[in-house]
Amino acid sequence: MNRLPFTLVVGAIITAFFVGTALLSLVWTPHDITELEISQRLQPASATYWLGTDQFGRDMVSMLMEGSRTSIAVALIAVGLGIVVGVPLGLAAAAARGSLLDEVIMRGNDLIFAFPSLVIAILITAVYGPSATNAIVAIGIFNIPVFARVARGGALPIWTLDYILAARTAGKSRARISAEHVLPNIANLLIVQATIQFSLGILAEAALSYVNLGAQPPTSSIGKMLAESQTMIYSNPSLAVLPGLAIVIMVLGLNLMGDGLRDALDPRLRRARG
Amino acid sequence: MTRYLLVRALSLSLSLIVASVVIFAVIEVIPGDPAAFMLGLNATDESIANLRAELGLGGSLTERYANWITGMLRGDFGTSYTYRVPVADLILDRIWVSLPLAIFALILSTLIAIPVGVIAAATRGGAGDFSIMGATQLGIAVPNFWFAMLLVLLFAVTLQWFSAGGFPGWDNPAAALKALTLPAIALALPQASILARVMRSALIETLDQDYIRTARAKGLSRSQAIRRHALKNALIPVLTIIGLQFSFLLAGAIIIENVFFLPGLGRLIFQGITQRDLVVVESVTMLLVFAVIVVTFLVDIAYAIVDPRLRRR
Amino acid sequence: MIEIEHLTLGIRGTPILDDVSLRIEQGEIFGLVGESGSGKSMTALSVMGLLPRGTTINGAARLDDVDLLTLREHDLRQIRGNDIGMIFQEPMTALNPVQTIGDQVAETLLIHDAADRAEARRIARDRLDRVGLSHIELDRYPHELSGGQRQRVCIAAAIALHPRLLIADEPTTALDVTTQAQILDLLKGIVAEENMALLLITHDLAVVSDMADRIAVMQNGMIVEQGETAQVLRDQVHPYTSALFAASAHQPDRTEPAQSDAILSLRDVHRHYPGPRQGFIRGDPVRAVDGVSFDLQRGESLGLVGESGCGKSTLTRAILGLDPVTSGQIILNGAEISPAMPRARRAQMQVVFQDPYGSFNPRWRVDRIIAEPYFLLDAPPHGIDRDDAISAALEAVRLSPGDALKYPHEFSGGQRQRIAIARALITRPDLLVLDEAVSALDVSVRAQILDLLADLQTEFGLSYLFISHDLTVVRAITDRVLVMQAGRIVEQGETQAMFTAPQHPYTQSLLAAAPRLPDDIGERHDALV
Repeated sequence: MNRLPFTLVVGAIITAFFVGTALLSLVWTPHDITELEISQRLQPASATYWLGTDQFGRDMVSMLMEGSRTSIAVALIAVGLGIVVGVPLGLAAAAARGSLLDEVIMRGNDLIFAFPSLVIAILITAVYGPSATNAIVAIGIFNIPVFARVARGGALPIWTLDYILAARTAGKSRARISAEHVLPNIANLLIVQATIQFSLGILAEAALSYVNLGAQPPTSSIGKMLAESQTMIYSNPSLAVLPGLAIVIMVLGLNLMGDGLRDALDPRLRRARG
Repeated sequence: MTRYLLVRALSLSLSLIVASVVIFAVIEVIPGDPAAFMLGLNATDESIANLRAELGLGGSLTERYANWITGMLRGDFGTSYTYRVPVADLILDRIWVSLPLAIFALILSTLIAIPVGVIAAATRGGAGDFSIMGATQLGIAVPNFWFAMLLVLLFAVTLQWFSAGGFPGWDNPAAALKALTLPAIALALPQASILARVMRSALIETLDQDYIRTARAKGLSRSQAIRRHALKNALIPVLTIIGLQFSFLLAGAIIIENVFFLPGLGRLIFQGITQRDLVVVESVTMLLVFAVIVVTFLVDIAYAIVDPRLRRR
Repeated sequence: MIEIEHLTLGIRGTPILDDVSLRIEQGEIFGLVGESGSGKSMTALSVMGLLPRGTTINGAARLDDVDLLTLREHDLRQIRGNDIGMIFQEPMTALNPVQTIGDQVAETLLIHDAADRAEARRIARDRLDRVGLSHIELDRYPHELSGGQRQRVCIAAAIALHPRLLIADEPTTALDVTTQAQILDLLKGIVAEENMALLLITHDLAVVSDMADRIAVMQNGMIVEQGETAQVLRDQVHPYTSALFAASAHQPDRTEPAQSDAILSLRDVHRHYPGPRQGFIRGDPVRAVDGVSFDLQRGESLGLVGESGCGKSTLTRAILGLDPVTSGQIILNGAEISPAMPRARRAQMQVVFQDPYGSFNPRWRVDRIIAEPYFLLDAPPHGIDRDDAISAALEAVRLSPGDALKYPHEFSGGQRQRIAIARALITRPDLLVLDEAVSALDVSVRAQILDLLADLQTEFGLSYLFISHDLTVVRAITDRVLVMQAGRIVEQGETQAMFTAPQHPYTQSLLAAAPRLPDDIGERHDALV
């Protein structure tokens, strides 16, 4: 077995840490953040409050744990939505290259690209009010054309290869060929793209909840923490700095993991290493 | 070239029409009765009826859609329910903050990213490349609105070089640009990180092409080959990303306005949401989508200029 | 004039060249021949100073009295394009797609400050005229030109400054035979006119035998033999040269077909595509296949020859039942072929493709690959029966049953073609379509595969439809040949008769263009084998 890329190892450790604490927050956090203890507001870091407390006396560590859980959950489901809808569309478009179906799918993708996640979130929120579900739908819809394009772009060169022709002379349908031959060979591309969209999703979720288009109390979210800290930025900058750092490290970890995966999975590199 | 651009223009007009239908459907069809929705639970039947008349909700859906579209084409975006003024006026006041901010950021991001990407590609595998890649990796991970808060903390609170927010208006262009500088930097740097990485990989890919070897065999140095051959070819994928980034920058501008208390479209739209002013939300989202589609078309034109394979069609 | 002495070269510790020495005189054409990976291109690139990073190099490459290997990059740049020009294999990608051809030729002059802009354009015009592109304007872009025309542009740019040495690295490998003949003619003419030296690198012994004054044969980074062309071809001192020679002219032993009933019949087959758009109206439909009729007899091996774009790929896809025909009929064993035909009918016909690397899903194991056509059978074998059938197929192509558990990347190009043949045989088809099946292989491997195909034909009573652009291969393996041009069969007949006395002018031009080894030597060698 070849040595794993350094970036993959570091990225995976960081990601595992955040996913781990997010899962842990389901059953345990150092403090209960639904109870506001005004007497304990704006405490500095201590043995009781590892990173201090906010202006409502909530423990920052617990807030961050639950906040990153929201970020991860929203981004993960949005990536899932993008894959489940986008990849089949992209495969179908590639299998029917140049046909009306291909044209419709690709033009539909262009159309979605004209709606930034924020605009979708604004539209949904205007009618249904803000919620974490909005954020998921808004980010997930935007992920669909991304995965459709990656799938189509990866599938097209494969469709020109002789093993596809061989499969067709073996009487296999385009759908079966897409599943048996094309999908396994673009899986690497999709995995790498999934980590990228995952990290973009975390950033997008933070932005949406920052402008109050995402998760609502009592759900904690990092974007919300940043919005609340904004008025305190002169007196207590750490309230704004800590949640931001959490996002940066989480996203950095995912991106490193994505880069590492690309290196580890790239067949060209693998062949070069023998 | 004409045919190519004509086809693209047609396709994008179609996108615009479909987009308008989607927005119309979400705002005016899904809530059932928009008037009742806007007034909330405590509204009387009479006030709802009044608002219905005011919004022109009498006709059929197709009539209402046609009225909305033809109105917008005439520059009539309807009247805001909460402000009691034409939405067009509201937008006109604010677009001169959001649009310049997005364009400012786009220019900044491009001006930073392209040289940085080129340097990284030219020094591939070296120390320069390594540090640039590290810095951009960090840049991509930073949420722009949080970065904006840090900039405020540093340049407005600590160093006091800039004011922490607000906008003096374009009567004093220098002051206006200064007020937009921190927001533009906050928007531009994360996008520049992405663009620099795209530039780098596009250039590295073109440097592996056969025509670079041909150029070197003619006696061009490595940097001559980059300047005269690789750069223009590498620009083609970069253009795509620049086009896509505009929609992120426009959306980002709306969010960043919150950090700097800028009176832009963002403020308008978030107030529209809280006050259930659907007329404002509908028009502003349509405008945003329109802007994105126009930029897509500009990128298509740029493609045709750079790539002769499209030009002769 | 140029002299390479004891050149030894390695890339990151892997030895590439070992003690290569050769000299080329003014006005001489020097052929450097070898199979892929033998180090021919690396030899040329070290003269140009364009070696990849991480290369360690020893020895000398002298231009007159200057050792190029000791020059600094700055001085090398004065030599590249000025004293030494070079052209490459892939004309389709060798030119910058976003720059006009005039600018790309003129660039050679401008970069060396040999002319001002106007003068450079004038010279570029003149050089393009010289390479036979007088009808092409300077402001054309590469994508508007054919492959042969692009290679001419490359030559024009390479000779713009009248270099003393031109290096041509497989300059015609990507081109059709008639274009190849024209380009080789052009190179020959330029060399004579300019009294320039030409280093011609190729895998094709026949190409250099026509062209070169002297040749060197390379194998595994070493020159195993060099000298006057006629002498090297006659003596074949080194076993590798004679093996290469034998393989080039290889003729597998074949048994004559006995029966005479048609297994495959085409009756007036047409396949038209919508024409290119002209404005918003479509032009006339493209008649890719334009009324093709022929019979393939049971047990026969039938060749289908034509240059790229002649419609043979389209025809192949129609015969395989992958694409519909516009009109006409394709009959296999008495039943009609179409994309909607029942699977059992497909099982009677299988195919082997050209590319030994693209023919298999890299994530599938060999047993799964070989068994894929079982999808065509209603009751495919299972369990031990399936394993036995796969083993038998592997043994039939002279691989071992243990190979079933490996992945494609563990095999060489020739072995991969054997796996492709095993896959084609698994359903025991009557007809095998061989679509450029040996074109991507080095000559020595190609000879082995041709032998295998000849054996299998006898063993399994197969009929072959052998599609190729390569006349020598078709000559070696077929009983009859069809010549295709612009969607039509322009000539058909017995292979031997066709090759000795072609009737149609197109066939004649194809045969005239094909580079050939001197006949007497080839025959002498056949007698020895």
